[in-house]
Amino acid sequence: MLTNEQSAQTLPELAAPAVQPETETMTGAVATLQALLAEGVDTIFGYPGGAIIPIYDALYDFKEQLNHVLVRHEQGGIHAAQGYARSSGKVGVVFATSGPGATNLVTGLADALIDSTPLVCITGQVFAHLLGTDAFQETDIINITTPITKWNYQVTNAEEIPEALAKAFYIARSGRPGPVLIDITKNAQQQKHDFAPYVPCTHIRSYRPVPIVRPEYIREAAALINQAKRPFVLWGQGVILGKAEQEFKAFIEKSGIPAAWTILGAGALPTDHPLNVGMLGMHGNYGPNVLTNECDVLIAIGMRFDDRVTGRLDKYAKQAKVIHLDIDPTEIDKNVATTVPVWGDCKETLPLLTALVEAKLHPEWHERFRVHMEQEVDAVIREELFPTSEEMTMGEVIQQLNELTEGEAVIVTDVGQHQMVACRYAKLNKTRSNITSGGLGTMGFALPAAIGAKFGTPHRPVVAIIGDGGVQMTIQELGTIMQTGVDVKIIILNNRFLGMVRQWQELFNDRRYSFVDIQSPDYVTVASGYGISGKRVEARAELKQSLHQMLEHPGSFLLEIMVSKENNIFPMVPQGCSVAEIRLR
Amino acid sequence: MSQQASIDRQEYNITAYTENQVGLLNRIAIIFSRRKINIESLNVSPSEIEGIHRFNIVINETEEVVGKLARQIEKQIEVLKVYYNTNADVIWQEMALYKVPTDVIAEKAIVERLLRENGARAVVIRKDYTVFETTGHREETDNLIRVLQPYGLIEFVRSARIAIIKASDGFNSKLREFERREPSTEPAENEYLNSRDKVFTM
Repeated sequence: MLTNEQSAQTLPELAAPAVQPETETMTGAVATLQALLAEGVDTIFGYPGGAIIPIYDALYDFKEQLNHVLVRHEQGGIHAAQGYARSSGKVGVVFATSGPGATNLVTGLADALIDSTPLVCITGQVFAHLLGTDAFQETDIINITTPITKWNYQVTNAEEIPEALAKAFYIARSGRPGPVLIDITKNAQQQKHDFAPYVPCTHIRSYRPVPIVRPEYIREAAALINQAKRPFVLWGQGVILGKAEQEFKAFIEKSGIPAAWTILGAGALPTDHPLNVGMLGMHGNYGPNVLTNECDVLIAIGMRFDDRVTGRLDKYAKQAKVIHLDIDPTEIDKNVATTVPVWGDCKETLPLLTALVEAKLHPEWHERFRVHMEQEVDAVIREELFPTSEEMTMGEVIQQLNELTEGEAVIVTDVGQHQMVACRYAKLNKTRSNITSGGLGTMGFALPAAIGAKFGTPHRPVVAIIGDGGVQMTIQELGTIMQTGVDVKIIILNNRFLGMVRQWQELFNDRRYSFVDIQSPDYVTVASGYGISGKRVEARAELKQSLHQMLEHPGSFLLEIMVSKENNIFPMVPQGCSVAEIRLR
Repeated sequence: MSQQASIDRQEYNITAYTENQVGLLNRIAIIFSRRKINIESLNVSPSEIEGIHRFNIVINETEEVVGKLARQIEKQIEVLKVYYNTNADVIWQEMALYKVPTDVIAEKAIVERLLRENGARAVVIRKDYTVFETTGHREETDNLIRVLQPYGLIEFVRSARIAIIKASDGFNSKLREFERREPSTEPAENEYLNSRDKVFTM
């Protein structure tokens, strides 16, 4: 390596005592990359620029060890890193330059914070002596990103780099994960320093990522569950982030409790599992919403009672005793008052709880869910998945896709109607199969996130499902697909509207369709310009065969599917209504 | 904000022990500003322990909101511990400085008596002006402004509030706990969960 020669010259002169660890002289830029390697990083999503040139220069010598994916826009870079992190469970890494490069990360950071995605973003910054002078491409990215990062730090001296990055990775991945931004001034990247061997961070005295479980709360929770006649489990992404899918399944199967999921929790328990009763929230399933207000004990596991899940809070599960399992103490009692707070890592708390709960089946209670599901099938689902209308529905596309992938694909969705349809109907056999922007609702998320998801799980098929609005927000990332040859299947569900807003305007604003009529380019031609094969489907007769063609195609493929213009997503809990007031039509 | 909530609002003293880190003040301040809550008083200074700073923050809020804010502050990486207390649970003081023309005090005996009655102490005496200092509650320091105003008060400044928690055992033992690499076998400490009844009712 480049720096070995330098260190070979300087080391003997140190004449240090034998116990002192060997130091190595290198630039801050090289130390940055060495830190990434020590943290097990293999993929970086980034875009170079003036203030990060020294790091990119060092990267030139690390091409064999670090796969740098050149994106087309920094927002695409950070969403790709999110997709990578969500599909693989590893920390996503992003490089961007100062100023506009850094500010383009803002949406992704906010998205990653609210969806608890572990990221380490490294931004270049102007020379330390220029800070505060309005230098070229200077932006105060630390202050801009303070509310949207779990932690951030500005490095102005090469010496700080290993410790800052060690803390960054530790903070990003531990406890409730989240995004971290490290801003490195150009002088710190260039500066040479005698670095001691890299030491990963395992402790920060002011930070306690994992609380110690209190046995009395486990006992109280188990007692409540054992007395319950109508217990109901709500699970969220915490089960996936805690890698506690097996522990969760064991708990559910022993206690026999019906379980419903938030959209970020989807897939932690397979779609077909008999105790999986469906999706929660505004466009969730009928039974899980209605019966939330009839259960006697509500057990929330790794979820945060988002307003899209709870609807009107003062009419939410008021009859129920609430047990809340969460690693983040700020979530407990934040929106819903709990009877028993089980503060801890659910990988640890679930087995403790499973040991104390009695094996039950709750057949009558399950029957209630089944009856509600039958009503929903009659009112909504059958027509959505097997339509009798001439126009294609989004649901039938997902249904056909399920039949072909058999639930083995990673489904990446954007935001809007297609997202709700995909989350409701996609069959998911495995965990980490549903990647979507849940908390922030970021249109433009899916295309870059799918690219990242494929890099994170290269052995699994990755299908991006995107609306005609969202795809136009980050369509430039087709260039990233072109250049890297990454195999991503892209389905555009084109209803020629910004469908979700149009649905609200139809239902709540008297059909005043204000600026939701959006035109699209010829996506197949656009794709072909990027060297990506594609096809447009306008008739049901071609649908299945086209999906098959897409999935079998070697490499990326774009499938534009023309669906009904004015379909609405039902069921729906209108904003300001209780979950029990969910509408089937 | 419901009527009940505005009735339940009162002054709370938030005490936070933190690392001494650039940018942390902003990280804490935005927890209030994002909810459009005004900070009435803010004091940040080194604590009795080297390297650890103590924030004293005063806000007017309901206990429900203060509890959530305290937890969100404590969640920040570089914050060690957060407490919140009503005024009844703390001993608090503010310091005030008053600049008045020296000739007025020299000539008017009543002013000297008023100053003495209000516990004021001369910090600097110059030919043209004198600076007095008092400490006390807001009403007390306010009162002296009113007293001195007719006698040509030139300038006034008041410090942020500092508060000592009546029930606190101090932070030294707690810090040792934080510095331990291995988690303690004692039940996890989270004051909010310990005193749940007082924390939150929907």
